[in-house]
Amino acid sequence: MGKIKSLQDLEALRSTIKEKRRITKPCVAICAGAGCLALGGREVIDATVEELEKQNLQGKVDIKTTGCPGFCEQGPLVIISPQDVIYTHVKVEDVPEIISKTVINGEIVDRLLYTDPATGEKPVCESDVPFYKKQKRLLLGNNSKIDPNNIEDYIALGGYSALAKAFAWSPEQIIEEIKKSGLRGRGGGGFPTGQKWESCRNAPGEPKYVIANCDEGDPGAFMNRALMEGNPHSVLEGLLICAYAIGSHEGYIYVRNEYPVAVENATIAIKQAEQLGFLGENILGSGFDFTIRINRGGGAFVCGESTALMASLEGRVGEPRAKYIHTVEKGLWDKPSNLNNVETLANVPLIINNGADWFSAIGTEGSKGTKIFSLVGKVNNTGLVEVPMGMTLREVIYGIGGGIRDGKKFKGVQTGGPSGGVIPESMLDMPVDFDELTKAGSMMGSGGMIVMDEDTCMVDTAKYFLTFLEEESCGKCVPCREGIKRMRQILTDITEGKGEEKDIALLERIGEALKDSSLCALGTTATNPVLSTIRYFRNEYEAHIKEKRCPAGVCKALIQYYIIDEKCVGCRLCEKACPTEAITFMGKRKPVVLEQNKCIKCGICKDVCKLEAVGVK
Amino acid sequence: MITINIDGQELKAKDGQTILEVARESGIYIPTLCYHENLAPYGACRLCIVEISKNGRSRMVASCLYPAEEGIEVKTNSPRVIDNRKMIMELLLARCSQNEVIKKLASEMGVEQSSFKSEYLENNDCILCGLCVRACEEVVGVSAISLVNRGVNREVASPFFEPSASCIGCGSCSYVCPTGAIKMEDKEDTRVIQGSKWKTEFKLKKCKVCGNYWAPEAQLEYIRKKLNLPPDFFDVCPNCR
Repeated sequence: MGKIKSLQDLEALRSTIKEKRRITKPCVAICAGAGCLALGGREVIDATVEELEKQNLQGKVDIKTTGCPGFCEQGPLVIISPQDVIYTHVKVEDVPEIISKTVINGEIVDRLLYTDPATGEKPVCESDVPFYKKQKRLLLGNNSKIDPNNIEDYIALGGYSALAKAFAWSPEQIIEEIKKSGLRGRGGGGFPTGQKWESCRNAPGEPKYVIANCDEGDPGAFMNRALMEGNPHSVLEGLLICAYAIGSHEGYIYVRNEYPVAVENATIAIKQAEQLGFLGENILGSGFDFTIRINRGGGAFVCGESTALMASLEGRVGEPRAKYIHTVEKGLWDKPSNLNNVETLANVPLIINNGADWFSAIGTEGSKGTKIFSLVGKVNNTGLVEVPMGMTLREVIYGIGGGIRDGKKFKGVQTGGPSGGVIPESMLDMPVDFDELTKAGSMMGSGGMIVMDEDTCMVDTAKYFLTFLEEESCGKCVPCREGIKRMRQILTDITEGKGEEKDIALLERIGEALKDSSLCALGTTATNPVLSTIRYFRNEYEAHIKEKRCPAGVCKALIQYYIIDEKCVGCRLCEKACPTEAITFMGKRKPVVLEQNKCIKCGICKDVCKLEAVGVK
Repeated sequence: MITINIDGQELKAKDGQTILEVARESGIYIPTLCYHENLAPYGACRLCIVEISKNGRSRMVASCLYPAEEGIEVKTNSPRVIDNRKMIMELLLARCSQNEVIKKLASEMGVEQSSFKSEYLENNDCILCGLCVRACEEVVGVSAISLVNRGVNREVASPFFEPSASCIGCGSCSYVCPTGAIKMEDKEDTRVIQGSKWKTEFKLKKCKVCGNYWAPEAQLEYIRKKLNLPPDFFDVCPNCR
């Protein structure tokens, strides 16, 4: 393939690719996202290649390694087209059967189908799985149809047509369209994207830089990774359009080094885009030049903050600076710089292709389009979910997430990562958008959603997030460095039964000061986990402090395990599992005895007991 | 010229001046610990925060960094400012519980003791304002010391806590330190500069006339080379010249 020099060339190439693919062969698509690979996806891919050879099916059946479709809990995932059959938890041993039964004969292998825990139903097609059914997968939808290392896949699905369309417009028209769409930054701040682009375009100074932020550092969040790994060209196309609109010729993708697959796929994508002329000089004959470089981050959470990210890009220590002069005016090397999250950028080609009106019809008054959340924690279906803005938390957690695991009771959901807040059950019917979450004392953040059940202690949860933030604070400003440490100390004291009545007020006082006086958003939002849990779960704090009791039975210093004699039959399971020999067998059908002074409160006895004969008080 | 209002006074500001600079020119007191007029503002101690109102919306900003803007109203002593400043001072007092400078500044703000449990109080002199590191880089131009590690483990250090090879012993770090955390002492023919975990020694130059030791040889050599002076230029001390 030579370089594409015009819109006609691009459409000709697209027709050729489509023509080549007109005769539909059966295709086995296997997820090669990090989640599925961790569950043995690579072995399933290798076994499939081998099996196709063994059955002499090379060339007759396609095999595709794809990006993450989001249903990580059920991996490795295999999707067989044209039927669109989805198999979950696929193992190497299942491969021969999948090929000979489903691929060749169209028969379904029942045991590999997904079972809905709520209804017991076994949907055959990917589109019928309830997890996917209620989503609106504008960004993630193509992940299971695309081999991220093959640019032809992206082009076949209409890739780079938005770029070609954008080149026919003036930069101002593009900015106007993005402004009209109502797109807001997906990295956490929710700043209107079009406005940011316009400020950067109008800022004096050359050269201008555009940067894609893929430094996703929230514990338990992986939506940016899925986009960068699964559909890198959608991000490149968004960045290209952004650069053209702003008048930038140099772009960077800042991606954390802990995402090796994302780094690899983005590198390959850039190379392929260069070969076809989507990057480089005189792109598509437009006269516009643009190059992209990848910069790998060292793993500091604070480097997701714009000024710290830019300092890191320059090769300096990743520390934020005050943003009274915005980075769109003075950013990277003091030049006008536009930083967008990869999810924001992936939305751009969709808006250009379908129009601002189409986009702004999705979502709520102040938040348009869809948002990808990483739904994790004590929920049945963990994974990535993409929903229209404004869907209620209840619909996300119960409708898509399938509710709480093991029939437990919902307690709270932490949105927005470590700097977000916990939202209680009474607010489950709240529509999820930028403004509603902020009103509730939490935030959208980059889209983390950690579901907690009745066995979660809220003081312990706040302590966990503060411990994370204490480690990740850069230490430059006093309130963040010293304040987070003090809050964590107080929370630790409370969980260890050393809390004092004045502690809650002191936590609130430090929290307010941090919100007002910290240098960057890491400090100003670090108080959210503490202040939101105090706001909605104050009684839990009080139980720890006044009654020296952990209602959820989590804080080791405040709990005791005991044997419920009426239920215990002396099966010895707990005795064998106990690491400190604290449990003594007293004879068959007699309850065992637990010695408190030997017990380290690890909870293994409770986990292994089949009769619920171990209690916590 | 820009007009801004600080604590009810209409003040003129030059383009590019910060709120702190305008306030200080007019004798309005705003406490600072990490600010020095000869160094680029850094915004780390946050003691200089003020409340500004613009278009009916108020927010807290660091006055050492915030540029004076036409029409803004600045309050340096509103209840919100005072509450924040007191908490910052309490946090500093918990870190530097024995430091006289911090204790005095806290006391001036009405903070006699920190609200934190005594078992957690620390006895540190360094507040990590970064003045020493910035003076060494911006004024002296040798970057002999640096801020190392992150967050609560952050500290000022020479490379690997060993005597810094690029240090010229000028003592600017010690001079600029607001809390006396970096100590400097000249004894006979030796100067010692010492931080919490690092120490560098320098040979002092003897005056050919009076025989007094008057400045570190490394520093004189640095100046001599920089200004292209003759080799014997510093053989005699300024008093005997």
